[in-house]
Order: sequence, then C-alpha cells, then structure tokens
Amino acid sequence: MALLEIEGLSVRFQTSSGLFTAVEDVDISVDRGEVWSIVGESGSGKSVSMLATMGLLPWTAQVTADRLEFDGQDLQRLSSRQRRRIVGGEMSMIFQEPMSSLNPCFTVGTQIDEMIKQHKGGSRKERHERALDLLAQVGIPDPARRIKAFPHQLSGGMSQRVMIAMAISCDPRLLIADEPTTALDVTIQAQILELLLKLQEEKGMALILITHDMGVVAETAKHVIVQYAGRQVEKQEVKSLFANPRHPYTEALLSALPERAGDQDRLPTIPGVVPGQHDRPTGCLFNPRCRYVTDHCREVEPVVAPDDPARTLCHYPLNDPAEALATPSHDVSGHPPSDGQRPPEANDVNRGNREVRP
Amino acid sequence: MFRFLLVKLAQLVPTFIGVTIVAFAFIRLLPGDPILLMAGERGLSAERYAQLQSQFGFDRPLIVQYWDFLTGLLHGDLGNSLVTHSPVMNEFMSRFPATMELSIFALAFAVIIGLPAGVIAAIRRGKTLDHTIVGISLTGYSMPIFWWGLLLIMLFSSTLGWTPVSGRISFMYFIDDVTGFMTIDSLIAGDWGAFLSALHHLVLPAIVLGTIPLAVIARQTRSSMLEVLGEDYVRTARAKGLSSFRVIMVHTLRNALISVITVIGLQVGLLLAGAILTETIFSWPGIGKWMIDAISRRDYPSVQGGLVLIAFIVMIVNLLVDLAYGVINPRIRH
Repeated sequence: MALLEIEGLSVRFQTSSGLFTAVEDVDISVDRGEVWSIVGESGSGKSVSMLATMGLLPWTAQVTADRLEFDGQDLQRLSSRQRRRIVGGEMSMIFQEPMSSLNPCFTVGTQIDEMIKQHKGGSRKERHERALDLLAQVGIPDPARRIKAFPHQLSGGMSQRVMIAMAISCDPRLLIADEPTTALDVTIQAQILELLLKLQEEKGMALILITHDMGVVAETAKHVIVQYAGRQVEKQEVKSLFANPRHPYTEALLSALPERAGDQDRLPTIPGVVPGQHDRPTGCLFNPRCRYVTDHCREVEPVVAPDDPARTLCHYPLNDPAEALATPSHDVSGHPPSDGQRPPEANDVNRGNREVRP
Repeated sequence: MFRFLLVKLAQLVPTFIGVTIVAFAFIRLLPGDPILLMAGERGLSAERYAQLQSQFGFDRPLIVQYWDFLTGLLHGDLGNSLVTHSPVMNEFMSRFPATMELSIFALAFAVIIGLPAGVIAAIRRGKTLDHTIVGISLTGYSMPIFWWGLLLIMLFSSTLGWTPVSGRISFMYFIDDVTGFMTIDSLIAGDWGAFLSALHHLVLPAIVLGTIPLAVIARQTRSSMLEVLGEDYVRTARAKGLSSFRVIMVHTLRNALISVITVIGLQVGLLLAGAILTETIFSWPGIGKWMIDAISRRDYPSVQGGLVLIAFIVMIVNLLVDLAYGVINPRIRH
C-alpha cells in the first residue's frame, strides 16, 4: 500500500460565471521515501491538486476523488479534527512565497513551537530545544538569536529555511514543496533544493516537489508527473522521461531547457499560454500549442491508452517503445503519425539529453 | 521604543499650537458679544460696557489676548468662566468624568459587539448573516444621533419603561464623588442599588453614542479580516493542522487588529463630538452639555479652554493608539 494514493482527483471552483474545472482526473501514488515531481506551467493545476490533498483550498472549491488516501486512511471520510492530525503532522507543505508564508506578528520560534505543540506536545523547554535543533538542521546560523527574530527580519532564503524547519518539525512522512525556490535568488535556489533532498534522505520521508523548472526535476526527482491545464498528461520515471518524452508538451518543455537548446541562437519556446476558464479548446487541451496537431486532435478528446506505462494523454504519443520493435500500429484513428504534420526530425530533440543529469 | 515615543511627542507640538489658534479664533469669529449677552434685555450704558470690556481684557489687541491665553495654558491656567467666574479647568474637570464614563461604555459597547460581528461577517462572507451584519451596520452608520436617541427613548423609556429618560443616577442615591465615575464611586461606597441605577442610566446613552463607532468597527473588522484571510500565512497556519478557531482568532485576527485599532483610535475624536449631542438628548451632565451652554453664552474662556482640553485628550488617545500599534505590529517596533 502506497503512502499517498490519489485516484481521479478533480477540483472545481465555483466562480461568478459558473463552475471552473481547475484539476481533472489526477492520479498519484507515492510510496514511502520516494521523490516525486509535478511539472507544468502556471495554471496547470499543480498546486491546486496538492492543496486539495492537504485540504487547504478555499470553500469555493469542490474536491472530488475516487480515492484520496494517506497511509490507508480515506482523507475524504475523516472528520476535520482527524484530518488536522494528519495535516501538519504526517503530511506537511511548504510554499512558493516564503516571505509572506510566515505570520508577520509572531517570532520564528513561536511559529515553530505552535506546530510542535499541536502535534507532538512536550514541555515548553523540550519544544524550545527542538525548535533550536530544527533551525540548526536547516542551516540557519546562530539559531539561539534567530529563534527570536520576526519574519520581516529574515531574507527570503532564511524564511524558506524556517518554513522547512517548521514543516519537518513533527517528522512528517510526506513533505509537499510547492515551488519552494521560485521566489528565491538563483544562488539560494540550489542550496534550498539540496537541503530538501538531504532532509528527505536523512528522515526517509516522501517528497513531492511542484515545479515548472525541468532542470530542477532532473536534479531531484525519481518520478515525474507532467500536468497541463489541470490534466495529467504524462507520468514517467525521470530517466525515461528525459530520454523518451511521450507527450508533445513534455517534449516542448524539455526542448525549452537551455542545456538542450544546443547551438541554436534562440531558446525554443511554447507559443501561447495555458487555457483558462473561458478559452478552453475542444478536443485535446494542448492542441492550439502543439506542433503535431491534427484535425483529429482539435475534435476528439484524447484518452490514455490502457497499456501505456507512461499514461500519456495524447492521440499520437511520441517515442513509442513499441515503435522501435514493430511498425507504427498504435494509431487507432487512421491518422498515420508521419502524415506530414509531424516533422520526422521531431525525435532529434533527444540529442541534447546527455547535457542534463537525470 | 523610547525614541519612537519622543518622535511622536515632538510631532504633537505643532498640532497643539494649531489647536490653540483655532480654538481662540473660532469663538471670536461667531457673531455675538459675551458682555451684551450677559446684560440681556436690560441693556447697559456705553461706559459700563467699556468698563466690563477692560475688566475681562477684551479691549486689548487680539494678539495680546492670544498670548495671555497661551502663557496661561502653559501654566495650566485657562482663565475663569465669564458666567460662573470659577476657573475653567475646575469646571471642565468636574464634568469630564461623566463624559469619559459615557464614552468608555459607548466604546466598550461598540468594540464588544462590533469586533465579533465583523469577524463573523468575514467568516460567513456572502452568506445571509454577512449581508445582515453589513446591512445593519450601514443603517447604524447612517442614523443621525439625535434621531436615533429619540427613537430609543420613545421605545425603551416611554413605551416600555425599561430605562430612565435622563440623568446619571436616580435621585434616591447620594454617592460621594471619588473618581467622578458614578459606576466606580457607587462600588467604592458599596451601594449595589446605586451601582445598578448608574448602569441603568448609562445603557441607553452608551448605545446611542456607540452606534456609529460600532458600525465603523464592524465594517473595518470585516474588510480587514477578509484581506488577512487571503494571506499566505493564514494558509500556512491551516497547513499546520491548527483548529479553525485558532487560525481565525490568533493568526488572522491578530493581523486584522492592526488596522482595526487605528480605526478605534479615530473613533475617540468622533465619540467626544457625538457626546455633545448625546448628552444634550439625555441631559447627561458632561462636558458636551457644558460646551453647548458655553457657546450659546459666548463664554470665551470656557469655549477655548474646553476645545483645547478636548483636542489634547484626542491627541493623547491617538498617541496611545500609535503606541499600541507598535506593540501589536512588530514591523513598526523594530
């Protein structure tokens, strides 16, 4: 039994102009000690699906799931009191904006102490010592002085370290990091990622890293989920994802990596933006931005092929492992993959693969 | 913190000088002459008029009169009332506790009802309860004090007979004046009947005076809470697995209070202004009623002295609010 088991998770928001589906049909299964990454552009529903798991969405959100289990406990059936025991204690989360994620009215120590008191208890002295120890663990110099600091006296990197100290304070079995380095300086980003991975390894906790940076994915995760416009479009191990991306969106994200652009003058980009509530295309959601789009893609919504280990949500997945062995036969709609829409050199994108360390 | 206090005090000096000029000029700009008003319908001869003018010092140049007022003020001497001939300071101080008692109860009423109402409206945003609270507070805010006071007197005093119409305490009780607060003095005297009677007399005026501050506080609390509820750190608090009660009362309200406290401080000025009307309606023997009488008699020393003292109190309260702001908001303190 996996630690976190999510099947068919959907999140809809009640808006003034009707129901907006932010996340649809997301499946994740995270085992103990595993590192997962969820990748996608802004608006692809990465954070929303994890906030739904934590139960942190505003009341306008309607969360439904076929299965939403943590360690065998059905999160949808738990009372709010039982769920609060898991949230923060067993499963904790850090956020994108460390500076605004800490309460400006309370000292760092108070905020860490509150978390320990809630889930672990212990005497005031024990909790204080634990807080000092945690601050040292996350690499904050002079913890005895910093514990009395208010959030506005800390830099962004320090604030994120405090957030991490708080998140791991009750020895969670799962840590969700929602773009933990996006708001930080580039020099600090690597340090924070290193710290997260170090703690993950030391404590043997599972880690879900939400990011839009394929470079971060390559350096951290073992398993990757690619999300687009609220749908999960691909799920693979990081090595095979970088070697053989199945979804055109994944491929486009990978080719936008500077390391992969090779000698090209300009970095490849994906034209357009993720569709919002009002500009949802028919058929495949990615079709307006896809370089391989066909009329079939514009009309018919794709489904995941039952035998596809990468769970690709595409009519014409790339790099079919079967393709290497046999003639292309996966195309059920009668559109041959090389009908002129797909340039034959598309797979050449993999030539830069060696420059990224998955 | 000490430096913060000194800076704030220094900022008060120019404001205070401005207030003395306004208070001094204001009453003299009003048409009417205190000496002619004193003489009334009998009238008086030109010689007698000139004699009285020089007796009160009104014949000297205005700048000299202002200088006298200012130097007297710095010595704590506001001159004598033209009507009662007793020192303005004594007149003010003997009435001020009544106004202060009324204002404190009114403000307490406004905060005790307004703060929770604002919090509840924010939590129940968009629901019926929210619309009800917002609607009622808008009505309260728009209600003229004299009209509202009369309506309440008609209902509770005349029709239902629940509360007395006017005064601070029933004439059955004689309470020694220790603090000037009828409620506290009656407790010091150990007279429960007097205490209840004093409370009984306070209820209606306090509600009338507190209505507008209540509406302002409720609306400010609601909007401030809504703003803070959307902050990232509130999400962090929920991610810690804290109870909703703790998330709202500790993490949200604490931050929302920063702007609410500013608004409460500003209400104190309005409260003293509103007290003038409320005291007139309920014949409450405080400075409001005293100021109205002084203005109608053109009692120059009483009016200018009273204005300066009221302004001084408002400034001190605002200073205290600034200090409280520093205590509650660490970003100001450091």
